[in-house]
Formats: sequence, structure tokens, C-alpha cells
Amino acid sequence: MSYTPQLRELIKKVEATRADRVKKGNFRRMTMDERDEVLSKFHPDFIEASMRKLTFGVNRGDKIPHELADLIEARSLIEGLKFDLEKIAYDVDVLVVGGGGAGASAALLAQEQGADVLMVTKLRFGDANTVMAQGGIQAADKENDSPAIHYLDVMGGGRFENVPELARALTNDAPIALKWLEDLGVMFDKFPDGTMKSIHGGGTSRKRMHSARDYSGAEIMRTLRDEVRNRGIRVIEFCAVVELLLDSDGKAGGAVLYNMETGEYEVARAKTVILATGGSGRLHYQGFPTTNHYGATGDALVIGYRAGAKMAFMHTIQYHPTGAAYPPQILGLLITEKVRGLGAEPVNIDGEQFVYHLETRDVASAAIIREIKERGKGITTPTGMVGVWLDSPMIDIIHGPGTVEKELPAMVRQFARFNVDIVREPMLIYPCLHYQNGGLLIDENGMTAVENLYVAGEAAGGIHGGNRLMGNSLLDIVVFGRRAGRHAGARAKDIKVKKLSLNHVDAYHKEMEAAGVDTGGRVSPMLLPRYTHRVE
Amino acid sequence: MSVNMINIYIMGKKYVVPDSLTIMNAIEFAGYQLVRGCGCRAGFCGACSTVYRIAGDYELKVGLACQTKVEPEMYLTQIPFFPAQKKEYNIQELKANAEQIARFYPEIYRCIGCNACTKVCPQDLKVMQYIGYAQRGQIDKCADESFDCVMCGLCASRCPAQIVHYNVGILARRLYSRHIAKPAAHLQKRVEEILAGKYDAELEELMTASKEDLRKRYAERDIEE
Repeated sequence: MSYTPQLRELIKKVEATRADRVKKGNFRRMTMDERDEVLSKFHPDFIEASMRKLTFGVNRGDKIPHELADLIEARSLIEGLKFDLEKIAYDVDVLVVGGGGAGASAALLAQEQGADVLMVTKLRFGDANTVMAQGGIQAADKENDSPAIHYLDVMGGGRFENVPELARALTNDAPIALKWLEDLGVMFDKFPDGTMKSIHGGGTSRKRMHSARDYSGAEIMRTLRDEVRNRGIRVIEFCAVVELLLDSDGKAGGAVLYNMETGEYEVARAKTVILATGGSGRLHYQGFPTTNHYGATGDALVIGYRAGAKMAFMHTIQYHPTGAAYPPQILGLLITEKVRGLGAEPVNIDGEQFVYHLETRDVASAAIIREIKERGKGITTPTGMVGVWLDSPMIDIIHGPGTVEKELPAMVRQFARFNVDIVREPMLIYPCLHYQNGGLLIDENGMTAVENLYVAGEAAGGIHGGNRLMGNSLLDIVVFGRRAGRHAGARAKDIKVKKLSLNHVDAYHKEMEAAGVDTGGRVSPMLLPRYTHRVE
Repeated sequence: MSVNMINIYIMGKKYVVPDSLTIMNAIEFAGYQLVRGCGCRAGFCGACSTVYRIAGDYELKVGLACQTKVEPEMYLTQIPFFPAQKKEYNIQELKANAEQIARFYPEIYRCIGCNACTKVCPQDLKVMQYIGYAQRGQIDKCADESFDCVMCGLCASRCPAQIVHYNVGILARRLYSRHIAKPAAHLQKRVEEILAGKYDAELEELMTASKEDLRKRYAERDIEE
């Protein structure tokens, strides 16, 4: 659906100010106090009514979004089903749950330790938010940069709440992770002499965002998947995990598998278990459209919490400032931050820029919401959605003709399918639900408080504090996937799993009842969202 | 906007859906909860390959369900899986030459030039062209031309020579990136510095700094132009 005549009229205002905006250079960055103010007034995380306090379990007293609380305050999907836990279908060293970038990295490193690895994944191997990450991956590998400079950016972006040990692991391992990917044959954007091309992302103080055109995550994922297959690691697709199994010492020792197609259950015994099931955007916090993959339903949070792992920072959700607000068919589609990285500015209905184009995602999102809700300077689409412009045609003016097509082929293609030409026309954007900043708390090796239970990738929490910087998610999945895989694989050698049970699930139900929680008939994990009979 | 309803036929069965929907949303609107044939919902994962024909038209069309709008009288089915052959290899030991690809996938020389792969590609890639590059050992060109592939499998489903194009593409890209493109010297150097512990003390110091101190340093840090 191309722009309507009314929208085309409004685009003229953007065009009228464009040359001047390019010439004038950067808009002023917000001060720390201005950042605090716009966040507390306009960021969705700060809406008190969007959350409730948990009254039982490890996070008793902590606030989390209602949509997640609904799954935590729910009974097990498999309650009442009779299992013979002695009937072991798979007996392995390391069970990796989830087939995205974190799971694939973990599986490869675990196998390198000599472990027998089984990967199970709810959809296809590679169906994950990883493939959708377009912009790039951060690593301090240039002369003017260092892991320490990266560390300070990470902490600032995370509102200084990140777990220091995890932020250090992320930033100090970053070049090592990038080198590993380069050696595996990931096709990074490079100059002929081998130097990596790198640009800014929101909140970076150095140009350390590396990319593979705007298919960065897809390129990393397909390479890792190819490598897992080359190494003969067993992968079972369309196989979810519905509960963890703990042994008589309370240590993780396997999981109950669920065949998504036949509806059958099986038991997997494992010396160590790595949860790499990704995020929870499909819970649609506060009703937001999401950029997330179909399977992002927070399964690890649910089954991990029942087993005694602690959630951290689940009160903070990342709203990506640039989700598509038009055309309606791609509402909520992620517009990569690389668009802003290349210089495109957010602009209001009068053609005025209202926020520095490279603020961190939380601040940029809050500023867009303010521009629309407080200042009334949004643009209303024919379906009633309100957004602001992202002035993509600036990019070719700044970097030369052809840049948009060369650097952003996926974006060009996805808008062209609906007759919008982003080389010549700006995009209409509104913040959309993008990432769970928090997750299950891990240590530097990726292990949770439950012995032999590991978490890696978006499902893990603490690394990014209250807000993740762009380019640190692809980094996170590789760094912590590798760390968890290596540790879990090495540790598995010395483990003897004792008798397995689901007693922790029974105890969880009792605790929930004792706390007087009304589950309203809900069961979890969710596994897949339900969109039937709805116009999204 | 008023809603205009149209007929579509999912695997031959009629459903009435709004004409503004993508094929994926229309399948869900019709009442299906997808398990196969649905992934990223944004055109990156290749899970939702769909084949369709409009009643009265001989032409068989394809598209990604999440990226294609429904049309009136559309007969459709999804192809969420294709039983493709993939060779297992150790990328570190391979040589980046034409023989390498030919050894694994000799069927690329069976191409009859029908161009069905290119016509069917939902990403509008010149698929036959990149197979041509592979035949001639132009690995760099094959890697470049195949880059935007989402590995949906539609090319392979239509190929009379039974080539699995997307597996040729990823082999070319990995060969190119590992063995032809120059490694990043600055990256190698930084890895060595890290392993030697060059940044340990500085990171340690930052980790123990107070929140107020970090906040101040963050606000005052210099930013590369």
C-alpha cells in the first residue's frame, strides 16, 4: 500500500527541511537529567499499572508485567499427566533447549568439550529472534576503542544497573566472539584489506557496530546452523520443553519434551541443561505490536522459575523506537537501527527533528511517545495508527547515491513489497515491543542458582541491566552461548544424575495455593501465541 | 477504512477474509493456529513459503506468506519443508576453488538454464546466475549474489536438475569469508591483547566504581564523530 495523497502532502514538509537538517549536523544530545525525565514520564516501563507484584517463589515481592505474571501465576501444562520418568528416551551429557544463535553457539562449544549434545527446538532450527537482528554486532576491535570503553557504554545504556561481572564478560569476550564468527566464515562487511566496516549504534561512543549488510543476524544464524549440522550434533525440531526435571539433590537433570506435531511427551535425561529459548515479545506487553519471532513466549522464564531460578530485570522491556507504523501489513516490523546509524533522523509532522538520532533505544522511544502524546506532533495513518517520520532519504545525501540499496537491502525489499520506496520516501515509525532486557539471572559461566541449569541469550538476565544497547544482543547470544556451552560441556564429565522427578512442580503449585493466587484456569508455558480469528 | 471481504481457498477449502491481510494473517484469521509454515513473520526466516494460483489463471505463483497480500479467489498451500541434501564438511580444511563446490554438489552442472529458480525466488535473487558463478568457480560472485537468501527452499522445489541452490550458496559464502576475504588484522591483534590480560585492570577498576562515579564518567565520555 503506497502512501495516500494526504500522507504525501505531509512528506513535503519533511522534504522541505531535509537539506537544512543535513547541513546543520547533529541535533543536541540529551543531558543525563533530561534522559531521566523523558524516561520516567513516557517510557512504558514506568507505567505502574502495567505490572504486579509476585507473591510467591524466588522473586516474591518483585514487580513484573501482568502478561508475564499471568504465565508465572499458572499451573503446569502437564499437571495430572502420568509420566514414567524412568522411561528415558534420550540420555545425553548436555541438553540444549532452543535453536537460535545462543543455542547453536552453546551446542558447538559443549561438543568441543567432548560432550554428547542434544538440541531440541520448538520450531525449526534457526527460527529465532537471531535471524531477525539486522543492524549488527558490537565488539571493541578498533584502535580507538577498548573493552573498557565498551563496558562504560553498556553500563550507561543499562542505567548503571547491569551485573558488573556479566557486563565485563560481554565486553571483554566480544572481540573473541567476533573472531570466532569470522573464522567460521560469517560474511562480515569489510574493506578489501580485511578491515571490518563499523558504524555507530544508539548509545555507542565508538563506531563498533559490525554488520553483514542488514542480514547480520540471519548471516550469523545460517552459518552457525550449517556448522552444527556439519559437526553431526543431534537436533530435534518441533520439539518443545514443557518442564525441567530435577534430581533428588535438586539439581537440573533433564526435561520433559513435547512433540509439537504429534502431541506426545518424552523424557530426556541430561547432566547439564542449557535454556536458550529466547525472549517473550509474543506476550505483547501492554498490547504493543512486536518485532519478535513467533515462538518468543518466555518459556524459559516459566519453567526456570518453577525450578527455582531467579528472574532479574523482568520489569524492564525494550521498546524499539523504530517499528513500522505503516503500511498496515507490516505494522510492528523492525526497522533496523542501522537506518539511524547511517544518519536518518526522526522527524515530526512539521518536518522538525525532535530528538538526537542516536539516543539509546529507551530514550528514543520515550521521546517519540512524548512527541506524539504530549506535543501532538504525530502523523495519523488511515488505520488510525499514529507515528513519526524516520527520514531515510537523508542517507543517500550524506553517504552518496546507492547507499540505502547497498546497506539496507532487506529494508528496501520489505517496503517495496508494499509500494513504499524508502530511498526517496521517509518511513512512518512508532516504538514496538522488541526485547526482554531481563531474564533468568546467571553467573559468568551462564549458570543459574539451580545447579547444572544454564541459561544463554535473551532468556538470561543481568547482562544489560535496564536497557540493552543495539548490537549487544547478537553479541550476547554468542558470548554467553559459548560460555554456557563450554562450562556445561566440561562440567558434564563429572556429573552423575540421581533419580529424576517433577516434585518441584508439585511444590510450586502448593506454594501458589498457599499464597492465595487465583490462576483463573491458566496453564503454562504458552509455547505458541494464538492469533486465530483476529485481524492483527 | 472499510473492510472488504474476499474468498480465498486454503488447500482447496474456502474461507472469507479481509482483503488487507497478508496470507499468514489470513490463514490465522480463518482459524488455523500455525505450527509449521510460520517463523519470524517478517521475511527473514524462510519458514512460510507459499504456492498459489488465482482462479482462472494458469500461472503458479509463490511468495512468503508473511510478506504477500491475499488476492480474491486465491488457491494456496504452504511448503514449510523441503527434503534437501546437505553435505557435511569441515570448513577450515576446504579449499576455495571450483572443484570444491563441484565435489559436494556435482548436480550444479546439470542445470538446463530454465531459470525457474530465479523466477520463483521470493527475494528476487538471480538464483540461476549464482549457480552459474558456482559452476565457473567464481566463489566471490556466488557469495555476493546469493547473500540475501533466506533458505526457504522454493528454488530447489522447482528445479528440474534437482539442484539445492541455497546449500550451494551458503557453502560459497562460507568459503569466501573463511578463505578468500582477508582476515581483519585489527581483530586478531585485539584478541591477543585480551588474552594477554591487557584490559583486566581497567575493567576491574570500572567494576568497582560507584554508580555516581560511572554516571559522571559516562556523561563526560568522548564520542567518536
